[in-house]
Amino acid sequence: MAIEKASLRLQEATVIVNQGTAEERIILDHVSLTVHQGEFVTVLGSNGAGKSTLFNVIAGTLPLTSGHIYLGGQEVTHLNEIERTKILARIFQDPKLGTAPRMTVAENLLLAQRRGKKRRLRDRGLTEAKRQTLRELTKTMGNGLSDRLDVATGALSGGQRQALSFLMATQVRPEVMLLDEHTAALDPKTSAQLMALTDEHIRREHLTALMITHNLADALEYGNRLLVLANGQIAQDFKDSDKANLSVADLLAYFERY
Amino acid sequence: MALFVSAIGQGLIWATLGIGLYLSFRILDFPDMTVEGTFPLGAATAVTLISNGWQPLVATGIAMLVGSIAGLVTGLLYTKGQVPILLAGILTMTAVYSINLRIMGQANRSLLQEQTVFSAPLLAGLPKNFPVVIVGIGVMVLVIGLTTWFLKTELGQAFIATGDNANMARSMGINTDRMTILGLMLSNALIALGGALVAQNNGFADVNMGIGTIVVALASIIIGEVAFSEQMTLTNRLITVAIGSIMYRFVLVLVLLVGFNADDLKLVSAIILGLALMLPKLGHHLHFKAQRQED
Repeated sequence: MAIEKASLRLQEATVIVNQGTAEERIILDHVSLTVHQGEFVTVLGSNGAGKSTLFNVIAGTLPLTSGHIYLGGQEVTHLNEIERTKILARIFQDPKLGTAPRMTVAENLLLAQRRGKKRRLRDRGLTEAKRQTLRELTKTMGNGLSDRLDVATGALSGGQRQALSFLMATQVRPEVMLLDEHTAALDPKTSAQLMALTDEHIRREHLTALMITHNLADALEYGNRLLVLANGQIAQDFKDSDKANLSVADLLAYFERY
Repeated sequence: MALFVSAIGQGLIWATLGIGLYLSFRILDFPDMTVEGTFPLGAATAVTLISNGWQPLVATGIAMLVGSIAGLVTGLLYTKGQVPILLAGILTMTAVYSINLRIMGQANRSLLQEQTVFSAPLLAGLPKNFPVVIVGIGVMVLVIGLTTWFLKTELGQAFIATGDNANMARSMGINTDRMTILGLMLSNALIALGGALVAQNNGFADVNMGIGTIVVALASIIIGEVAFSEQMTLTNRLITVAIGSIMYRFVLVLVLLVGFNADDLKLVSAIILGLALMLPKLGHHLHFKAQRQED
């Protein structure tokens, strides 16, 4: 079997807050993790387990106290958030966080098409041809986004905004995609639609993705690997068939234990 | 009649401040106090250079360059130095006061019979105040045209995104610190241009001429927004800033005509801006009341 390329590797990743004071707390505790290309990892854990910290250190918004991070075979431990966007895309839980509210849908997509690339003093290129491709692209979301290309995103529904955030994250193919409860703020129907689209896209494009969720059913249904975080550590790591054999009751039992 | 032509001319050259402030205050959401130092800085630089024999156009260009440096300082204080927004501007504004005295060598400096951008040979022979209107229109077309062009480039869009949602901008790989600095430099270059033009029109620069300029600049933005409250393109929005600036000058003329004197103008300016800022809220209340009465 060919050795699959590691898209993401954490080596003894540790974050300690308020170091040296009485409030000192380890919020990420020597976490080592290798995620291979094409793996879709769902991440579970109770509040304070370290899920958001894990995402923040991968994205570069939070520096490691010690340890190393590699993205796509390259050490990024000391690269900042902006430099890491060349290899990494992220979607947030709050629909407001992922788009620029006063800019139109088309403008947001154009911004996303230059993620991690140099932005020059040349026209953004919103030509009629470009508009047509953006219309085709947004049609794949099937939620009316394609009719609202010139609408400020602040005027969109939460579902449309999250669908747009998703499209934006995939405009430049990311080596690793971080989904931070990206469907949690949506109504059940919209949430299920976006979840299905996300899953389909990740499989088709063979993307590497990590998804935080509190929805146990989603965590079981989607992805091919499941992590349970507790107290800043990886408490459980289920792959492929192990994950397939899990039930919601099993997961609840794990939550009870930690 | 002369008064109104003069008001239009004044409104047009002061509109550069409104557009400059639009970039920082409205697009970046950055209340930039540097303005009060940059305006006299532009004036002092232009007047001093012109009285030393420099071409008025070149002197005005250099004034813009010097103004952008003031913006750079505020930007660095805020982004790299983590100094709070308002304080960063106030620090630069205060420091620039001394710089202005250094540039002029005294508290004020007049142009006497020197050439200015308003005394170009092309504009000779025009009746009084008309050269200012012509130059003002030219400057506005240029400034609004270039600003619109810039905002539609990849870089300009990154600049807008920075002010709109800095977190999202960073997650798209936009260096938001750099965009903030760039925006403040462009904004202050325009403010300095305003200072250079106003000084050449008045025939002098004074170290205290910056006091209250942020109110004047804001007034043109807010009056423009209140008068034309509907959604519009960015180009049209910038045009409403210029119109707002002219309307503000008209109000000042009226205020003077009813018997206030020039000493009252700062108070009047503040009241005009205060009212314009409260108008949407007041209007909402009135509308609400009217609706209730209908019930």
